[in-house]
Amino acid sequence: MISANLSAISYLVSGVLFILALRGLSSPETSRQGNLFGILGMIIAVTVTFLLIGNFSTGFIYVLIFILVGGSIGAFIAYKIPMTAMPELVAGFHSLVGLAAVFVAISAFLNPEAFNLGVPGNIKLGSLIEMSIGAAVGAITFSGSVIAFLKLQGLMSGSPITFKGQHPLNAIILISIVLLIYLLCSTQSSNLFWILLGVSFLIGFLLIIPIGGADMPVVISMLNSYSGWAAAGIGFTLENSALIITGALVGSSGAILSYIMCKGMNRSFFNVILGGWGATDEVKGSSTKEQRPVKSGNADDAAFLMKNASSVIIVPGYGMAVAQAQHALREMVDTLKKNDIKVSYAIHPVAGRMPGHMNVLLAEANVPYDEVFELEEINNDFANADVAFVIGANDVTNPVAKTDPQSPIFGMPVLDVEKCKSVLFVKRSLSPGYAGIDNDLFYKENTLMLFADAKKMTEDITKNL
Amino acid sequence: MEIDPLIFRLSIFILSIFIGYYVVWSVTPSLHTPLMSVTNAISSVIIVGAIIAGLSGNSDSVFNSSSIFGFLAISLAAINIFGGFLVTQRMLAMYKKKKKDKK
Repeated sequence: MISANLSAISYLVSGVLFILALRGLSSPETSRQGNLFGILGMIIAVTVTFLLIGNFSTGFIYVLIFILVGGSIGAFIAYKIPMTAMPELVAGFHSLVGLAAVFVAISAFLNPEAFNLGVPGNIKLGSLIEMSIGAAVGAITFSGSVIAFLKLQGLMSGSPITFKGQHPLNAIILISIVLLIYLLCSTQSSNLFWILLGVSFLIGFLLIIPIGGADMPVVISMLNSYSGWAAAGIGFTLENSALIITGALVGSSGAILSYIMCKGMNRSFFNVILGGWGATDEVKGSSTKEQRPVKSGNADDAAFLMKNASSVIIVPGYGMAVAQAQHALREMVDTLKKNDIKVSYAIHPVAGRMPGHMNVLLAEANVPYDEVFELEEINNDFANADVAFVIGANDVTNPVAKTDPQSPIFGMPVLDVEKCKSVLFVKRSLSPGYAGIDNDLFYKENTLMLFADAKKMTEDITKNL
Repeated sequence: MEIDPLIFRLSIFILSIFIGYYVVWSVTPSLHTPLMSVTNAISSVIIVGAIIAGLSGNSDSVFNSSSIFGFLAISLAAINIFGGFLVTQRMLAMYKKKKKDKK
């Protein structure tokens, strides 16, 4: 048993270590050390909790067993998961944080004495408010993340599910959550607590189903943020500074990532959340469709173009992840480099299904991170490059975003791929990208379409180089 | 007059949001995926609450309705902690700089 003051200071230390863990991510060199800080912070927090309770009886053994069981499952997943599946994994992990927050809140509600919060039926008002907010946000995080997971995993259609009266219904549910929390705090009724949880699970589900697959970067970031606020809510209940600090860090981290993703699409946060795109554009997409000539080529043509180039910029997108083409791509680039061709990679903020998705895949394929550039860093280089190799990206290269104010993606920052001397566009078919926006790039004079699976095409090009 | 301890916790909370704001803006965009996985791992520090809940039973009955939820939360949080930190470590190990001696 250690004193409450000592444990409070230790929790503060672990909170600071968590800050350092995030701070380390400012550069890849310091990031590995940062992760160790995070692990250390976690060890301190858990150890102090054991010492504070000072109960090393049978219960303690069970705690260790449950940690061990959960830990081995987690470790197993961490080693097995392919890098292309990171968005699903993160969504899945978010759901676990949410559910854990709900469980802790339930436990505290059923047995408030263990947490020094009063007795059942007469829980301290402040604690009850914090607890119910934590539980509600946790429940929303859980069910929302489960839907996000199912959509990313392809177990559920990625297209938005919308129905009449969706927004009013959601608004009513959200208002009823606030109302329920108020009633719960004034009556201390356990029935209301369960209803609150049920309604929160429901709204998490309803909030995510109208959001389309390509908006997942925003959704995942947003759920990341929610999981933080849930943890903070529980932190207030438990009067634990490590939890409060972490919750605030994670909450603001997720919020910033959502903001960056929305800016990458030039859309407002609410526009994404309300599930705007998919429904409104279908009409326009089908009416203006016309047959325009396209130049298509094969691997041989592509290899010829690249061999005669002096600089090549590669633009990867979600299609590269789907085709698992990152290793084949790296091999192609190696061959190009042997021929003294300068190669760099251009990454759009919303490429892929989560923030930084493409960077991880390229890193997995042993692409050095100093050859990989963000949109603002590289956009001026396209005009001087000979070949742009677009693999699995589409909307983020669409020049329409700069020229056509009618287009739904107008104003979205795009990569100036069309300024290259020639563009190689690997794609399976001419079908427009998500939400039916036709890509003007396909019909440009200097674009050569390569219709094939991204991985196979890349391998064929390498053979022909 | 004494200040409610809640105010101190609120101060920690607000200041931490600001720290989070500045720290996260300084994270390089290429590490945004590891950022998400590591925030996932650290938010599972909620395990401290789960442990308190799990150990709330007395020695005669380790499992009661309240502690069972605690134990469930412990295993969920443990999946996240181990999974989150390890997958972050695995990702970060892949980020390599260009070898200068290559040419």
